[in-house]
Amino acid sequence: MTKKLTRDDLLTAYRTMRTIREFEERLHTDFATGEIPGFVHLYAGEEASATGVCMNLTKDDHIASTHRGHGHCIAKGVDPVGMMAEIWGRKTGTCKGKGGSMHIADLSVGMLGANGIVGGGGPLVCGTALAAKLRGTRNVSVCFFGDGASNQGTIFEAMNLASVWNLPVIFLAENNGYAEATSYNYSVACDTIADRASAFGMPGITVDGFDFFAVHEAAGEAIERARNGGGPSLVEVKLSRYYGHFEGDQQTYRAPGEVQNIRDTKDCLLQFARRVTASGELAQADLDAIDAEVKALIDGSVVKAKSDPKPTEADLLTDVYVSY
Amino acid sequence: MARKITYQQAINEALDQEMARDQNVIVMGEDVAGGSGAPGEQDAWGGVLGVTRGLYAKHPGRVIDTPISESGYVGAAIGAACCGMRPVAELMFVDFLGVCFDQIFNQAAKFRYMFGGKAETPVVIRAMYGAGFRAAAQHSQCLYNIFTHIPGLKVVVPSNPYDAKGLLIQSIRDNDPVIFLEHKALYTMEGEVPEELYTVPFGEAAVVREGHDVTIVAFGRMVLKAQEAAADLQKQGIHCEIIDPRTTSPLDTDTILESVEKTGRLVVVDESHPRCSMASDIAGLVAEQAFDSLKAPIRQVTGYHAPVPFSDALEELYIPSAAKIAAAVKSVKEYK
Repeated sequence: MTKKLTRDDLLTAYRTMRTIREFEERLHTDFATGEIPGFVHLYAGEEASATGVCMNLTKDDHIASTHRGHGHCIAKGVDPVGMMAEIWGRKTGTCKGKGGSMHIADLSVGMLGANGIVGGGGPLVCGTALAAKLRGTRNVSVCFFGDGASNQGTIFEAMNLASVWNLPVIFLAENNGYAEATSYNYSVACDTIADRASAFGMPGITVDGFDFFAVHEAAGEAIERARNGGGPSLVEVKLSRYYGHFEGDQQTYRAPGEVQNIRDTKDCLLQFARRVTASGELAQADLDAIDAEVKALIDGSVVKAKSDPKPTEADLLTDVYVSY
Repeated sequence: MARKITYQQAINEALDQEMARDQNVIVMGEDVAGGSGAPGEQDAWGGVLGVTRGLYAKHPGRVIDTPISESGYVGAAIGAACCGMRPVAELMFVDFLGVCFDQIFNQAAKFRYMFGGKAETPVVIRAMYGAGFRAAAQHSQCLYNIFTHIPGLKVVVPSNPYDAKGLLIQSIRDNDPVIFLEHKALYTMEGEVPEELYTVPFGEAAVVREGHDVTIVAFGRMVLKAQEAAADLQKQGIHCEIIDPRTTSPLDTDTILESVEKTGRLVVVDESHPRCSMASDIAGLVAEQAFDSLKAPIRQVTGYHAPVPFSDALEELYIPSAAKIAAAVKSVKEYK
């Protein structure tokens, strides 16, 4: 069983989810101005997943992320100010402006990187988990991947390897229903992604990804089992993305009103706020204060990103090797 | 009759016309239709940048969306080709080569030789490549040199709409595995393209500009950058000859060597990393086979030995520019 969430835990959970939402909504607005370079894939709508999982992790645990990685970064403790600067291509960014939205990483907080290659993270977490096992650290590794990546050979190979080596890995499938524009109903051969767990000799579970508490508990159990030497698990989180595969995607493949309906009825922040205020665990004023604090943080990050310097020619050929 | 269409439309038209001509031609890839199994439009994307848009409705059952399983469907295209189909598999970004290379270089490329000439694998693998979209290190590479290195593969890098259509039709009709690479920054380029079917043969370079001072060999988008530089240099009295090999394998070495024998000077422009590149390949060829004609050292204008950076400030420095090409041309022209 996972520990009961304290008042501080609840405040942290709300702050993290709100930070991700504000960060992504702000990018959605700013991307439309044409000032933000490259491809941006937004995580808005999926906040309960990254937050519910990462609140069970320490700084020394590892996660691998996806092209839709901003939420995972924030939940794992990457500084949103540096992230914003990175996405704007600034030298002050998390990765000095060299990686951009799809490659934000901060190994100092156990964040192995967003990833431009679908399914790229599965094998990597087998490696961080193997290191933890060999060194006896009790640290765990989580691979976030989507329903699209669930069909990649790398993910199948990694799940098998993790079981064969009894590694402390959680395969965290974020099933938002669409691999780019292709529906999960078309591209995944079994009913649920969690069904695949039995083929690799590990437990599998499907969770409501709009419910922070459900994700927190299910991921917490899997993480606890992994820490105690019980091996890997597959946790499928069913959720929805509020924006396109990338910014600019017209999403004509979705049903009319699909996203609005989810926003109105299932939104993770809405559900969380209702539950904690109804129970009296938090007051509306607590949430309002966080909203204001987060808005100021994100506003500030954008102002800073816009005025920060871009990298220069001197940066072009640094960081290719450690030594050469 | 020719009319102006874009590079992207030329590719779409080649696929459309070849699919109409030959029922064995099928198109497969991630979101080549887009929307399969979804509640909305079933032909929502036509490829991530819309290159295959409309083919799904015109050719029922032969435009096939795939799961994100490149090794699986690229391999399936190769297998289908072995029994007489002519699949065109789209590997969205050439960078995704990494997750399916075995099927390409150990399987498709080697069948004919390993099986003693008894196999034909008429598969086409289309992919977009190149920098300029702020798409960062995993979505901006060139990599044609890697395919060119592998015996058994043919590699096509069209630089304009006319060549794109003619070379893609040739690729589909060719009986060997062909890697057809589309520079993403060229998709909106317009040019005269005949409506009817035609082919551009492999291994025949185009001399896109004639001149007697310096030979420039350039690939893909770099042909345009070279033309920009050459137009500028013309005003300064330097006359460049620009050669677009159009296919890196087979490579039209004769046209390159004949030009260098005339000009005595060579600049090679290649967007990819410099090591083991098309630039170094052609520099090696000319140094070995046209040494006596050379009046100056060969110059290579390439990207850098570094991943493609994200920030626009760095990416612009990374991509070979017309100014860098012009400087290289001047340096070999003025060499004493």
